[in-house]
Amino acid sequence: MSLLFYTAGGIAVAATALAVSRPHPIRALLYLIVSLLAAAGVMLALGAPFAAALEVMVYAGAIMVLFVFVVMLLNLAPGADARERGWLAPANWIGPAGLSGLLLLELVHAFGGGSAAAGGAEVSAKQVGIALFGPYLLGVELGSMLLLAGLVAAYHLGHRHTIRLEARDIARAHAHHVEVKEHPR
Amino acid sequence: MTPALPFVLPQWLITVAILLAVVGLAAVLIWVERRALGIWQDRWGPNRVWFLGIGQVAADMIKIFMKDDWVPPFADRAVFVIAPSIVMITILLAVAVVPFTPELTIAGDWNIGVLFFLGMTSLAVYSVMLGGWSSNSKYAMLGTLRASAQSISYEVFMGLALLGVVIQTGSFSLKDIVLAQQDLWFVVPQALGFLIFMIAGLAETHRLPLDLPEAEHELTAGFHTEYSGMKFGMFFVGEYVAVVLVSAMLTTLFFGGWLGPTFGFWFMPIVWFAAKTGAFILFFVLLRAAIPRPRFDQFMGFGWKVLLPLSLLNVVVTGAIVVGKGS
Repeated sequence: MSLLFYTAGGIAVAATALAVSRPHPIRALLYLIVSLLAAAGVMLALGAPFAAALEVMVYAGAIMVLFVFVVMLLNLAPGADARERGWLAPANWIGPAGLSGLLLLELVHAFGGGSAAAGGAEVSAKQVGIALFGPYLLGVELGSMLLLAGLVAAYHLGHRHTIRLEARDIARAHAHHVEVKEHPR
Repeated sequence: MTPALPFVLPQWLITVAILLAVVGLAAVLIWVERRALGIWQDRWGPNRVWFLGIGQVAADMIKIFMKDDWVPPFADRAVFVIAPSIVMITILLAVAVVPFTPELTIAGDWNIGVLFFLGMTSLAVYSVMLGGWSSNSKYAMLGTLRASAQSISYEVFMGLALLGVVIQTGSFSLKDIVLAQQDLWFVVPQALGFLIFMIAGLAETHRLPLDLPEAEHELTAGFHTEYSGMKFGMFFVGEYVAVVLVSAMLTTLFFGGWLGPTFGFWFMPIVWFAAKTGAFILFFVLLRAAIPRPRFDQFMGFGWKVLLPLSLLNVVVTGAIVVGKGS
């Protein structure tokens, strides 16, 4: 299992680095997908198959599909490549990268100290469900309220536009129709 | 009870055998489909090469391997080459969780089997999306847009339709799901889930009548317009592997998998599974022969306005009954 963990972890780190540094948007997204799949592998190795399956289904299989979908629709021209390259000038990333490096050192130090050791029993889907609908019920309900609000808002934004268009079109068609009827030429 | 195999097979042999059987079956299906379609349409179909024309499979294979494997100069080369292999890889990985019999399976008793199946089918979308996008052509792009919209939507109903079965079994493991059907196949209590799963499964495989992403009279060949040679062959065979997978899943989830009268013979579970899966495959071919393609917007509307409420209702009612029985 530790071989799986280190392989998946290594792939995740490499793919994430490539996702950040590739100038081509679709290529970057592909690396991000690989990184998410590798993260699922890490979860599997840590004994959380349910979380791993959700990672694949929800993130790699649904959310990233929408990302790729939108990027495809925008169909960024080759020019976008060059512009992104400009954004990747060292002056832009050296500050954040240095700070993240410090965090990484801290993390390595924490691991070296032996604290926060991973491992333990495998968590099955049933246990996750019992935990979600037991002690964490309030969190689940709050989350679902938030999602419902988002759904209603999206429906509202999408819907009003259509109705307005339809009403205008119907009115125009109706007026035209009446006019033709009353004054045949 | 299911009689055990009279011999013990090593796991690697089972894995290789399942892989070869599924891919081989998918290749033979090319002939089966053309022949069956022919008979249902009052013509002969390919009947010249060898016995009953079954040599057509080999002839088609040779033809597709010899064809010019052309990558268009305007395509995104790396993605164009990778895309067709994704569908084969993901669908074949999903086959791993199908329990053909209690022994003949790769990971049939994995405790997230159903979720793994859903995850792999949702990853299969990338094949079509990336293939269409990297082709850099208008028809391919339009096919890809349809494919993504169709797959993302119908995945939802597929997952929800499965939930009824999972609630009744109380497990995501496909082996447990089959064992829970010893008294009654789930197609009876979950008839609605079965219908929704079948429509969604058909939509996921992009097969006629739901092959809107390729719809040749509108989009030339849809997402694989620019593909040729064996790269096209991958999409083509991948579709048949998906048909095998969906048929096997319908058998496992709703028709009792390997269960059936065994008369004490060790091979009967295999025969039952093969017979049920074969019946579904032929049914998919019959659908292709019988039903015309719907209009794309009507098809999407049908999904969200009819299938979604129905599948949610199915989950709620099933849950209520299971909770009511338990208390």
